[in-house]
Amino acid sequence: MQPYIFKPKSRIRDFIIEKFIAVNAFTALIVILLIFIFIFKESIPIFTSHEVQSEASLDKMIFKQQYYEGRDPKWSWQPNSEVPKYSLLPLFLGTLKAAIVAMLFSVPLAVGAAVYTSEFAPRRLREIIKPVIELLAGIPSVVLGFFALIILASILQTAFGFTYRLNAINAGIALGLAVIPIIFTIAEDAMTSVPQSLREAAMALGANPWQISFTMVLPAALPGIAAGIVLGFGRAIGETMIVLMASGNAAIISGGFTESIRTLSATIAAELAEVVFGSAHYNVLFFVGTLLFVFTFIVNLGGELVLGRLKDRLQGRQK
Amino acid sequence: MITHLAHSASEIKDSESAVQFRSKSSGAFPRALTLISVILIIAMLAIVLGIILFGGVRVISWEFLSSPPENGMEEGGIFPAIFGTVALVFLMVITGVPIGVLTAIYLHEYTRPDSKITRIIRLAINNLAGVPSIVFGLFGLGFFVAFIGTGIDSAFFGSGRPVWGQPAIIWASLTLALLTLPVVIISTEEALKTIPRELKDASYALGATKLQTIRRVILPQAMPGIITGAILAISRGAGEVAPIMFTGAAYYLPYLPLKLNDQFMELGYHVYVMATQSPDVEKTKPILFGTVLVLLVLIFLLNFVAIFIRSRLRMRRMHG
Amino acid sequence: MVESEIRFQFGEVASESSHHSAGIDDPKMTVEDLYFYYGSLRAINNVSINIEKSHVTALIGPSGCGKSTFLRTLNRMNETIPGTRMEGIVRLDGVDIYRQIKDVSTVRTRVGMVFQKSNPFPKSILENVAYGLKVNGIKDKDIIRQAVEETLQKAYLWDEVKDKLDKSAYMLSGGQQQRLCIARALAVRPEVLLMDEPASALDPLSTSKIEDLIGELKKNYTIVIVTHNMQQAARISDFTAFFYEGNMVEFGPTRMIFTKPVKKQTEDYITGRFG
Repeated sequence: MQPYIFKPKSRIRDFIIEKFIAVNAFTALIVILLIFIFIFKESIPIFTSHEVQSEASLDKMIFKQQYYEGRDPKWSWQPNSEVPKYSLLPLFLGTLKAAIVAMLFSVPLAVGAAVYTSEFAPRRLREIIKPVIELLAGIPSVVLGFFALIILASILQTAFGFTYRLNAINAGIALGLAVIPIIFTIAEDAMTSVPQSLREAAMALGANPWQISFTMVLPAALPGIAAGIVLGFGRAIGETMIVLMASGNAAIISGGFTESIRTLSATIAAELAEVVFGSAHYNVLFFVGTLLFVFTFIVNLGGELVLGRLKDRLQGRQK
Repeated sequence: MITHLAHSASEIKDSESAVQFRSKSSGAFPRALTLISVILIIAMLAIVLGIILFGGVRVISWEFLSSPPENGMEEGGIFPAIFGTVALVFLMVITGVPIGVLTAIYLHEYTRPDSKITRIIRLAINNLAGVPSIVFGLFGLGFFVAFIGTGIDSAFFGSGRPVWGQPAIIWASLTLALLTLPVVIISTEEALKTIPRELKDASYALGATKLQTIRRVILPQAMPGIITGAILAISRGAGEVAPIMFTGAAYYLPYLPLKLNDQFMELGYHVYVMATQSPDVEKTKPILFGTVLVLLVLIFLLNFVAIFIRSRLRMRRMHG
Repeated sequence: MVESEIRFQFGEVASESSHHSAGIDDPKMTVEDLYFYYGSLRAINNVSINIEKSHVTALIGPSGCGKSTFLRTLNRMNETIPGTRMEGIVRLDGVDIYRQIKDVSTVRTRVGMVFQKSNPFPKSILENVAYGLKVNGIKDKDIIRQAVEETLQKAYLWDEVKDKLDKSAYMLSGGQQQRLCIARALAVRPEVLLMDEPASALDPLSTSKIEDLIGELKKNYTIVIVTHNMQQAARISDFTAFFYEGNMVEFGPTRMIFTKPVKKQTEDYITGRFG
């Protein structure tokens, strides 16, 4: 029986295809860089053009400005008034208010639910709870914004009698609904990843399930839970549609949460349609976008680092 | 069983009189507290879904789904928005899924998990997943429309009316393809991980190259996971509004997007504009609820299909 | 494992066995001074051996002693694992398979492999056997059909599957799947067949079928088989190499190794004192 003599394989074609695959793989990296470049590029005039700077310089965006003679300097965001005003502070404040309400609302619920699901729930229940909460994650933010605008706002107003129907609390609660699945998934994951050996050690000392959770599992999973909260916070900061629809879109500075707010993200969405291409307003909007991008980048980086180290630590133990 | 063991352990302890322990709470209170969190979350979910369901179901009919809007969105249907959404995600999938799959293959088959390249790419993917959707919208406008689009225009059409340098369904789809890239990559990678090494070994031992093994063994095996990823990407893309607001979505168009540089109507965008800018909110409310319901049903259906495929995949992983 | 049983099988044989060549006059493959590393861990330590053509050579030893790793160096399969390093020479018909053969596919079609747990592709029986032919450029459907029938016959499987060639390979029993994998390996007409514990996951009946098959195959193929089952090694192999902790402790004709092992380690292993 003769052995086969096979045709030699095409090395050039394979080489080209493999290079093509490799290039594709870098798409994610290239896109991140491109996003930063193209967004920042449109905000450069703020730093370089005197014309733009007379309207909106870094200085003008940060510090109080005296816009009118005889009136006190103030922070104000009013790009479309006769004297355009570009203070970022009202927007930062609005973003922060919405995020704070969202976190206060979502963290106890999400972490509590995660504790229950990973520590107390029987297996069958766990298989139901997790997909249900994932269902919550599947609701698009425009639907949550719609819900907050049309329904939640009315409920809250009837219940609490707010002056403004659309305010930070309204948007914050809807935002919290969007954030709950993120925190829940990561926290629950962190807790179920705690090695069985730790639980067994606690059990051997006579602890009941709650004590095991509280004294052993929660502390071990704490970095993971914290990472989940951080990532949820990042989401709350960057979220657009919910706040665009449900927060009242008033760029004001106040201490209260029952007033309308304007967030950084909603500002871009609301004003980009009407802005004149290449104007100072246009540059500022892209600058706000850059800020958002950088901020969420840092937040995500932090969350990922913590999660990465947590994984290493848990795996190190298990070895 | 854990509870049982813990209880018997504490029983033994309590019977020892020599050492007295503080009476322990049974942990019922914290357990109840955390259970309440679960119940509250599920209740809120049910309320949101329930209200949308009841508010919108009256409007749903075949006419609603198949006819265009009339009379300033007070009557008629939302067919163009449905068409636009489908066209949008279709373009998104055919451009985004191949890139995502190739990325996952490269990471899984060509690089070592601890190499620098892998870590950088993974870092980029994770950060891409966290970029706010409005930033994607800005990128779509600043890069695709203003840079690539006007670039094409000046190269082929000279300066005149913009052909590609304006909001268009192709730019919106590409923007969404980039936004959903992490979803596709992660789903594909999960599928690749389930492929046992022995299968690949068998292929190599017969003289196949890596590319042949990818084409004949790995990709077919990973297909369910890839499809799951595509479906999850679709359900995510169909719901995002901020990225398409400035890259092609419109509230009312007398035509359907049949050319790549057409604008388009879209379900999510429709909800947004109708909810915030309708001159007579009460009159358009029924259609608004109906649109939200259609969007939600579409997305949940897609999610269920993806979950179903994914659980079949997990079962295969456990039984080899 | 009882010493007396082996003695009964072979009778008394009195002769010296030299450590390495042990009466090999026609080596199909030779290994010279082989070292192998997983990263910084040395898994194979200075092994030299000749594999006799058209005979069965068995590799025995306790788990983790490097015999599977060694087997995989014979068809360059270790190259699919990142971070590994090899020193030494492996020759097929005198040709250095690492340095003198550019395309690794050539090596793998001439030195085939069957794995411990049968691993048919999730395809039909026909597609499984035809796989090797297709990836190596054979497209003609008739040639493929004929080759498939030929190899399934050789693997003692044709009669059992001839009317279900298009059914999934997973419908076969464990023993049938392994014979399918053997047929699949034989389809590309290798000259050497490497078998890594081919019957360890099978029941005794299937195992004996495969052992019969090996006895028949060795007429036309050079076979190297890794096994932890010493009776099996004694039954079917002509030459045996005993591995321990990355070293090849002893090598020689099977009856020598099992009746008059030179090294004490070999004797301890064979009599079951460890491993």
